[in-house]
Amino acid sequence: MSEQRFKRLKDIPSTHLFGSGTPACAGCGGLEVIHQLYDILGEKTVFINAAGCMTLLAIYPFTPFRGSWLYTAMASAPAGAQGVRDALDILLEQGRMEKSDDLTTVVLTGDGSAYGMGLSATSGAIERGLDFIYLCYDNEGYGNTGQQYSEATPHGARTSTSTGPRGYPGYKKSIFDIWIAGRPAYAATVIGAEPLDLARKVERATQLKGPKLITALSPCPTGWGFDPQESVEIGELAVKTGIWPLKEYVDGKVVHTKVVRKRLPVEAYLERQTRFAHLFRPSRNEKLLAEIQQRIDSYWKQIETS
Amino acid sequence: MKRTLLTGNGAAAWGARLARAAYIPAFPITPQTEIIETLSDWIDHGAMPGRLVTLDSEHSMITAAGAAAATGVRVFSATSSQGLLYGMEMLYTVAGWRAPFVLVNVSRGLAAPITLEPDHNDIMAARDCGFLQIHCATCQEVLDAVLIAYRLGESSQVRLPVIVNLDGFYLSFTREPVEIPDPDAAAAFVGDYDAENVRFRASAPTSQAMAVLGGSPYSYFRYETHLAAMQAVQGFEEIAAEFNTLFGRDYPAVEAYRTEDADMAFVMIGCFATKAKAAVDRLREAGWKIGLLRPRLLRPYPAEAIRSLLRGKQGVAVIDQNISMGSGGVLYSELTSALYGRPDMPPVVASFIGGLGGRDISSEEFFEIATILKSAVDSGVTPPPRLLYSEDELKQIEKLQTIAHVERTGGNH
Repeated sequence: MSEQRFKRLKDIPSTHLFGSGTPACAGCGGLEVIHQLYDILGEKTVFINAAGCMTLLAIYPFTPFRGSWLYTAMASAPAGAQGVRDALDILLEQGRMEKSDDLTTVVLTGDGSAYGMGLSATSGAIERGLDFIYLCYDNEGYGNTGQQYSEATPHGARTSTSTGPRGYPGYKKSIFDIWIAGRPAYAATVIGAEPLDLARKVERATQLKGPKLITALSPCPTGWGFDPQESVEIGELAVKTGIWPLKEYVDGKVVHTKVVRKRLPVEAYLERQTRFAHLFRPSRNEKLLAEIQQRIDSYWKQIETS
Repeated sequence: MKRTLLTGNGAAAWGARLARAAYIPAFPITPQTEIIETLSDWIDHGAMPGRLVTLDSEHSMITAAGAAAATGVRVFSATSSQGLLYGMEMLYTVAGWRAPFVLVNVSRGLAAPITLEPDHNDIMAARDCGFLQIHCATCQEVLDAVLIAYRLGESSQVRLPVIVNLDGFYLSFTREPVEIPDPDAAAAFVGDYDAENVRFRASAPTSQAMAVLGGSPYSYFRYETHLAAMQAVQGFEEIAAEFNTLFGRDYPAVEAYRTEDADMAFVMIGCFATKAKAAVDRLREAGWKIGLLRPRLLRPYPAEAIRSLLRGKQGVAVIDQNISMGSGGVLYSELTSALYGRPDMPPVVASFIGGLGGRDISSEEFFEIATILKSAVDSGVTPPPRLLYSEDELKQIEKLQTIAHVERTGGNH
């Protein structure tokens, strides 16, 4: 693997390739990630979009993307990437396209598609060894339709379809683990609040051929219930409390790229969001808070002892 | 040009090969599997350049097909029945991308109950998605229709994907003598694929299928697609005429068989129309003045050609191999809406529904249809729609149900 371009924060490009003035919500953690990723990938990209919040970034006839863009549907964006990649390869082989005209194929999808409806198409693309980057902005619910439960919703969170006193009773699924079971070229978790870590991982993904996952926890002011200006801070808290581990899978191994020595209690993250307000008011749900903390602790204990 | 025995599936594969399809996203489903197996074999053994990729579903397959066509390569794919329905969301989407490619559908009935046998409910479900539809009745026509379909779909006035439809089992696995056009002549006829309206390139970035806000831009794109499809009526006639000049086979948008001096006509699509033709011959021998119309093109609907061929006829029997539940035959309503309000059109248009799930339509039944039609013409009263199903068939089913019940309960009621 070649030397990393990004050693310090100031090495990160500040080109701001992605246009401003999109209809995305203020403080969108997903948009924050797209901004950063796009500056590293450059404009020689084609984004293959699944249905989700980011479908509305480009509204005819305006687009914030300098490169190419294709909207597919909710369930089959990886198959769209397959068609585009294969066609570009065929055109290159046939000599009907200059090498300089080639594009990086990027799937852009939310957690609703990535963890659920689009999983079969994703699994197929991984198995076929498709050369593409798969960017999942994970706002832990169907954000575009008003934050209903998705398979990425964390335990205890209130969503617009899990409004009871215990919130969502299930547990967040690990898309990272599902991906690495398929032995892809690369997989990483990132967050917009850690731009250097994100830049290094996106850079690494561009250097490898095959299926590559970049999954980003995406704080969602409207869906999670916090002030848009707190987006970065909420993201930092997700890392500092250990609820969103930053890690990567490369050469068959999982490495944590940031291990917080003194993790903050998870409450520091939960109490800042109205989707967890029922855990604190009218009375503290000690049992549930302890359970959430215990699951984080046991995850990290496993990492630290392995 | 060489003549050989081919199944309908084999003919479809030859069509893709002669059209020099470079990309074939695939997913297996009976009875079209022979098509992708044939293409896969050719590609694996170097007889055909191209790339075949098996996708995880028809939904993904249609997505990949449209995406590759939109990137600038010529695409071929094939499906059937439940597969066509599983890909239905993407049929609408890729037609909206205006990405032309050819999809062969080998018609098969739809679950439930599940069956492998053919009828046309699958292809009728895709009627409004923006794909053009060409319906075939012989293996030769399947091969030729694939070549014509590429020319039509890719033409600058149209730029829409095309479905070439053939009946499962009856045509997919029937071997018929087929003339395989000379590859160079076929290549010259089809021409090179030009994806100028789409294409993803670093030097010419494009955004495809963006969201629209409000009904005005949405209507704009929908109307454009509709107008493009309408252009394809004229386009089809021109391309078919050129095909006839080059290869000597004539494919008008509507096939008319012994209709010129006829008082009455059958209207059918697909290969069961071949049986109707034979029935027309026998009815003619018995002194009836009857003919047959077989629309090849169903989308766009060749309404003007149909009207012109039916002008002055006294009665028409539309025989549908599909049911729109709660309404009836789809071709029947298509035809009556094309004739409505035109005074020189047949006063009697009768509806018959049969051939479902591979059920045969016998020669006697065509005679019965003609008899019912004749008495309707004489009385001037259009008869109610009729399902072709005999009392004997019903008795057989009831007998089997009774046996199964006795088996299950040991005879205890």
